[in-house]
Amino acid sequence: MESVYQRSKALSAASTSFCPGCMHSTAVKLICEVSEELGIQDDLVIMAPIGCAVYLGVFVQFDSFGAPHGRPAATGTGFKRSNPDVPLILYQGDGDCASIGIAETLHAANRGEGFTVIMINNQVYGMTGGQAAPTTLPGQKTTTSQYGKITEDMGDVIKLAEIIASFNAPKYVTRQSLHTPKNILAAKKAIKKALEIQINEGGYSYVELMSSCPTNWKMDPKDTPKYMEEVVLKEFPVGDLKG
Amino acid sequence: MAKVVIDPVYCKGCGLCFAVCPKGLLKTGDKVNAKGYAYAMQENEEQCTACKLCAIMCPDAAITVYK
Ligand SMILES: Cc1ncc(C[n+]2csc(CCOP(=O)(O)OP(=O)(O)O)c2C)c(N)n1
Repeated sequence: MESVYQRSKALSAASTSFCPGCMHSTAVKLICEVSEELGIQDDLVIMAPIGCAVYLGVFVQFDSFGAPHGRPAATGTGFKRSNPDVPLILYQGDGDCASIGIAETLHAANRGEGFTVIMINNQVYGMTGGQAAPTTLPGQKTTTSQYGKITEDMGDVIKLAEIIASFNAPKYVTRQSLHTPKNILAAKKAIKKALEIQINEGGYSYVELMSSCPTNWKMDPKDTPKYMEEVVLKEFPVGDLKG
Repeated sequence: MAKVVIDPVYCKGCGLCFAVCPKGLLKTGDKVNAKGYAYAMQENEEQCTACKLCAIMCPDAAITVYK
């Protein structure tokens, strides 16, 4: 018998520190598979965010660096401008990218900086215990919205992909999801397309990946795909928004 | 002939692979790994078609598919 699917060689031997069923792991796996398929696993650099993915560099074979919470786009701008030939992924959570770092994120996108942002949208601040984020759904219970998020008090849902797609500079803006095999394959294709654009023609790309947080959603991981399909994706529809 | 091998080092027993197996061959095993997770196992191996859906779904890249 021959193996027809195996662990990507771009993943390190370490087991990830993500909780069981967390789709951060899926995103890291896909990035590794794509880097292998594009033959860039020795060149690619990934920016690990402050958040659950802070140890990202330990799980992958390629190089990584960090930035203060919310500032990957600023740090990444410096890195990419001084190393224009090095493919760069900014791996960010929704709190990092759409809350504390929204200014850096939007200005970098509007300037068309030459990196790829991969944003993991799990609708909460995962690492710090599941507080509400700008991506938290109306009515969603979190540690800081215990009776459900009230949009009149806490603001409506910020849809970062739609905002970024309204700018002229970005070459590719898409939202995908990680809750079914079909969506995972589409997400992988989107990551590949974003990196190909970055490498072949240069320019900014943004891939938002709808993800789960079973621990902070207080949900059995097995129930998360159904909840994502029936509730989350109604608020955050998947598909290409630009390019 | 086909089968899947689940690596106990990486499987966290989340069960995301159970529902995507068209034949329902995956379930929680009775052994626990070093991290304390009861990892998944495949039963009735002879029914596996190597469709890869479980491996694609597995967040932790714990599944190798053989054909
Ligand atoms: C400047 C600063 N403010 C706040 C924090 C605390 N903090 C650490 S992680 C985090 C939230 C991360 O949430 P998100 O970006 O959505 O990523 P996730 O953990 O869900 O993957 C916060 C608020 C910090 N480390 N630095």
